[in-house]
Order: sequence, then C-alpha cells, then structure tokens
Amino acid sequence: MQCEPSEEQRLIETTARQFAAEVLRKVAAERDLNGTFPERELRQLAELGLLGVNVPEQYGGSQAGVVAYSLALAEIAAADASVSVAMAVTNMVAEIICAFGSEQQKQTYVTRLCSGEAVAGAFALSEPQSGSDAASLQTVAERVPGGYRLTGNKQWITSGDRAGVIVVWARTDGGKADRRNQSAGLSAFVVEGGTPGLTAGRPEHKLGLKGSTTVPLSFDGCLVPESARLSREGDGFKIAMVALDGGRIGIASQAVGVGRAALMAARDYSKERKQFGQPLSDFQAIANMLADGATQLEAARLLTLRAAYLKESGQGYSQKAAMAKLYASEAAGRICDMALQVHGGYGYTREYPVERYLRDARVQRIYEGTSEIQRLVIARSVLKEFSDHAS
Amino acid sequence: MDLRLSDEQLMAQKTAAEFARGEVLPRAADIDREHRFPAELVRRMAELGFLGIAIPEQYGGAGLDTVSYVLALEEVSRACASTGVIMSVNNSLVCDPLLKFGTEEQKQKWLSPLATGQLLGCFALSEPEAGSDAAAQKTVATKDGDGWVLNGVKNWITNGPNANVCILQCMADPPGRQAGHKAITTFILPMDLPGVRTGPPDKKLGIRGSQSCQIFLDDVRVGRDLLLGDVGMGFKVAMSTLDGGRIGIAAQALGIARASFEDAGRYALERRTFGQAIANHQAIQWKLADMATELDAARLLTLRAATLKDKGQRFSKEAAMAKLFASECCNRAAKECVQIFGGNGYVEDYPAERHYRDAKITEIYEGTSEIMRIVIAASLLKE
Repeated sequence: MQCEPSEEQRLIETTARQFAAEVLRKVAAERDLNGTFPERELRQLAELGLLGVNVPEQYGGSQAGVVAYSLALAEIAAADASVSVAMAVTNMVAEIICAFGSEQQKQTYVTRLCSGEAVAGAFALSEPQSGSDAASLQTVAERVPGGYRLTGNKQWITSGDRAGVIVVWARTDGGKADRRNQSAGLSAFVVEGGTPGLTAGRPEHKLGLKGSTTVPLSFDGCLVPESARLSREGDGFKIAMVALDGGRIGIASQAVGVGRAALMAARDYSKERKQFGQPLSDFQAIANMLADGATQLEAARLLTLRAAYLKESGQGYSQKAAMAKLYASEAAGRICDMALQVHGGYGYTREYPVERYLRDARVQRIYEGTSEIQRLVIARSVLKEFSDHAS
Repeated sequence: MDLRLSDEQLMAQKTAAEFARGEVLPRAADIDREHRFPAELVRRMAELGFLGIAIPEQYGGAGLDTVSYVLALEEVSRACASTGVIMSVNNSLVCDPLLKFGTEEQKQKWLSPLATGQLLGCFALSEPEAGSDAAAQKTVATKDGDGWVLNGVKNWITNGPNANVCILQCMADPPGRQAGHKAITTFILPMDLPGVRTGPPDKKLGIRGSQSCQIFLDDVRVGRDLLLGDVGMGFKVAMSTLDGGRIGIAAQALGIARASFEDAGRYALERRTFGQAIANHQAIQWKLADMATELDAARLLTLRAATLKDKGQRFSKEAAMAKLFASECCNRAAKECVQIFGGNGYVEDYPAERHYRDAKITEIYEGTSEIMRIVIAASLLKE
C-alpha cells in the first residue's frame, strides 16, 4: 500500500503548481473582479499538456493518468478556481470523446482540445427544466438526410460561448418514451462552436467563478452530420453518466485545491494577526478551527486520490467518485467559511482572497451532480451491496 | 500511488474477519451485558498472533506490519469493541514501546511472552488528577540503592484487572527537582510485585467487556532492569507510544462505525413503513450515504497513518487526524444507527445501543479529541 503519488505524478503536479504561482495567482483577484475569460491561460495550459492529462499521447494528450490529473487540477484550483473549471470541463470532454468517439472524432476533436486550438471544451446536458433529472431533457435530435437537426435549449453551459468543441445531449426517440424508458432515448453529439443554428445567450451573473463563463445555448434547427453522433443512438445516458463519474473526480480535486488555499490563508493570517497581545493562532478557539479544517481537507484529499487511483487502475469507481465529490465539496465549503471567520472583517472584503474562495467553492456542491444526487448514488450503491450480501 | 493490499495484509484481514464473525460476534452482546472479560477470546487472539501483530517473529510476534494491525483490529472491533481494545492495548501500548525502547534482555524477558499472549499487558499514565496533562502526574519513583521505590495511584487502566505486566509512567525522584516533562520515567512493572494492588473494575458506559481499574502502588521496589529507556525519557516513550496507540483507537473506531453502518443498513432493508422498506426513504438513504462516506474517509486516514509508521516516517499529525476523524465519525454513525433502528435502537435486544455506548470512549482515551486538535494545529502552524 502506497498512499503517496509517484515521481511522475509529482512532476505533473509541480508543473501545475509553478504555472499557478507564476501566472494565475497574482491575477486571480483581478480576474474575479473583471470576469476576464482566461483564453491565453488556457493556451498555456495546453502547452503544458494540462488540457488532456489523462488522454493518450496519440491524440495529443499527456497520458499521465487520473491521479496526475487530480493533482494538477487541485494546484490550478488553489490559485484560480475559474481557470480550473474550464480546464476540468475541457479534460472531461476530451476524455469522453476518447472513450466513446470514432477514430475520426478522436483525431479531429481530441487533438484540438488538447492543443488548445479549440480554446475549451463544453458539456451541454442541463436544460432550463432538466438538471439532476437528466433523462427528462427535451432537446430533440431529429433525423434528416445525412444527419440530425438539433432543436432545444441548454442551460448553465460552462465555457459554452468560447468552446470550439461541445458535446450535446438530445432525444433521438422523438420524445415518445414514457418516464421509465426516458434514458434509453438519449444520444450524444459532438458539435463545433459556431455551427449555424447554435447561439450562445447572455453569460450568467454568478456568485463565484467569475472568470469562467456560463451561458445558455440555443439550438435552432442546428444541422449536424451523422458523423457527429458519439457512439450509437440511445447511448447518450450511459455516456453522460460515465462522463459525470469522471467529472466528479475533477470537481472533488477542484474542491481540494480551493479548500487548501483557504486553509493556508487562514493559517498564515492567524500567525500574523495579533489580538490581546498574542497571535490568533495561540488561541485554542482558532487553533481548533484550523485543526478541523486540516483534518477534513486530508480526508477529502485521500477520498479524491482513491477515486482517481481506482479509475486509473481500471476498477469500478462510481460510488467512490460520488463519495469524493460529496465529501470534498462539503468540506471545502466548511473550510472556506472557517477561513473567512478567522480573517474577521478583513475576510469579508476583497483585500483578502478568502471571500472569493468561499464564493468559488459554493458551486462545487451543485454542479456535476448536487450533493443530494451524490448521496442518492452512494445510498443506492451501498444498499445494493447489502442486498447482494444478504442473498 | 498504489492502494492494493499485500497478500499478507489481505490474509491478516481475512483471518480476523473469520475469527470476528465466527467466534467474537456471537458472544458480543453477552460480554457487554455481563461486563465479562472475554478470556477465551484473548486466548484465541494469542493463538492467531493478534496480540503482537507488528512485532518481529524473533520476539514472538506475527511479524506483520501496522497496516495489517489496522485491518485486523477493525474486524475484531466490528464484532466487539471490548475485545478490540484489549487487543489494541497489548499491541500498541505494551509491545510497541518494549520493541522500540527495550534492551535486548528486556525484549527477551517481557516482549516475547507479551507478543505471544502468554502474558497480558496494560499501560498506566492517567491518574486521578492527571490525564491529558501528563506532567501533572504524582506517582513517584524514589531512588533506593541500585533500584527505585514506587508510590502512587493510576486511573482508568485498561486491562488492569487482567494484566501481568504494566508499562508504568511516573515522575523520577524527587518530584519537582527536575521540571515537568523531564522528570517522567517509564518502568516495566510486573503486576505481582509486593505493594501492587488493583481496585475494583470501573463501571463504565461502554466497552464493558474490557475491564479497567485503578492501580495502587505502595512502596513497590523495582530494580534497574525494569527501567524502560533512561530516567527522564518517559515523556518521549509515552508520546511515541500514544502516537501508535492512536492508530489503534482509530482502527477500533472504524470497527464500531462499520458495525453501526452495516447493522443499520441491513435493518433499513428489512424494516417497512408506509408500505415500503425504510431504506427506500431518502431521509434514511441520506444517513447511510453520509455514514458510508465518512467511514471510507476515516479508513483512508487510518491506513495512511499506518503506512507512514511502517515506513519509519513521522506520523504524529496523521495519527492524530485519523484518531480525531475516526472517533467522531464513529459517534455520528452510532447515533444514526440508533435513530434508524428507532425504538429497537434503544433496547438491548438489538446491537445499536451497544454501538452507541461503545463509540463514546474513542473520543476520550489515548488523547481526547481536544488533545488531537492541539497536536494537529501545532503541527500545521509549524509547517
């Protein structure tokens, strides 16, 4: 049993940490204020091989595995969560095309994602009326000669107005299936940004992740060739679930990164700030908060790396990714709140980064499966283990 | 990163799981109800090599590692937390310091019979007025010729009524001459020496099959051969020993948490309300999901601390994190287990109330949660 990353995994982590320190950290507050999309930084991430960390080299990836991906993403997130979410979604889209795409789709799209040519990848599943209940989505892909016509609206699409490659989910059952069979009627398509009939709406004004852009997408009779379909008709739900299982490792890693940044900020501030003639860190009340934060962060980190390790070694990891995502996002929320409290009034201002960490962390309990959906996934899986064990 | 267990570790886990299911679990409720020290299970653990798991074979141990110890202790504690702590004390608090600080002669004489289970050990640090604050001990060792005379009272000594040997902490003579921690000294105390007397077993909330008591030392004469480490080295011995002990208590807490989780999960599948198994209600599913997640996190923290100890690296902070997290997680799990069992959780016919009572001590002994937070924060602030 070896809980420490390998030398090679450490190397990727170090690369990400250096880039984060030299390029991202110093402008993170400014990016948060101005909401500037990190286009140049994404290109630099591509040059460092960080847009396809777990993608085979033949498609332009780094082929460094899931553990290395998790470590790198946490480093980027610790400096700027906005940049890390664009990185996470791009990696996820590249991986999902690798897993389910045709050779031609891989050659065309994965290479563009990894090289930065596509700027970013986007993942278009949610709709105004369909979030956690993905199988109920209403966007329709209608068969036309040579391909499909996509019609419908997507919501909360990260990087949706910048992405060169977008994976879109739509119904190919004509909307005829009853509720129980809805999931069998979904298919996934790879659509290029700028395809006629595809328009991005006004970017959302969000609580956090202000340097990441989140838009509604509207598909208004958008024509795509048959070759745009990922895998077979009806495979869409499975593809989405596999993508989200992996995506949850990404969000858990992001939570570990933001949580660590907040903990370190609280630790450093508690050593500098003096009240009643002594540093805050000398008060047990403050030291206890730091101790709980450090312990929870370590638990989150180990759960996340364990899920990454299982995925990397080809084992089942769906339940473990849900545990990592649930625990890490909830822990990051608590740690950011604690860090702000340690900073007192200063923590509530933009003078210190902790209010940004708190705002950025909040969405981790929502996107790529809310905490409630994670608990559902975990509960179903453990109850199945109990029933299997009993029979 | 490679989370696979070795064949040896898997074998230790499997052996422990079979022993726990087949021999410990059927007795656990009775042991608790009767406040009975499970002497027959302690004998079986000796046969299985569980009383000195990480001790080299040359000293009578099983020659395995700390990871194997954690895995086996979780299994035993899953069946019976009382049996778990008897095992934990002998391994972590008695055999471990003898291996680390004993002379070759002491290892031959004391470690071998303790690791094989011919003798049972206990560890005495706490006193009526000294617990977390080890330097407040009043038990004193007064120099007398080539040896010492021991006087004092020790409190809450797990295995005390059953032990043959005690790893004893006290203040070297005379108290106060050397300041605080620097006076603490450790002895190997045979419990049959003249002047050693044990009080009646404590009446406890939980872990009722593990007996603890006071130990009274009344002009007990010990020779130089019973000094463990040097005079004044006791604080180091105690802290190093408790670091390892915390991995043991974390593993015990894992066992109680798993018992709470598994018993609650199976009950939830059987028990029906409103026309369906309560496991189908989201309110119950949420509890089970949180229990499962925290249990996994606690196990990872514990195994990580164990791997560091096995590699000879520093592990104080990691052991404190494991102990803090696992003990608090096990109390939440036991509380939810009682809740899922409802009225049945409140009566002795079901195991839930036993888990609930057994869980509490893990937040107290071998360093309270409050002491764990001090250890963790001090380490974090130094980094």
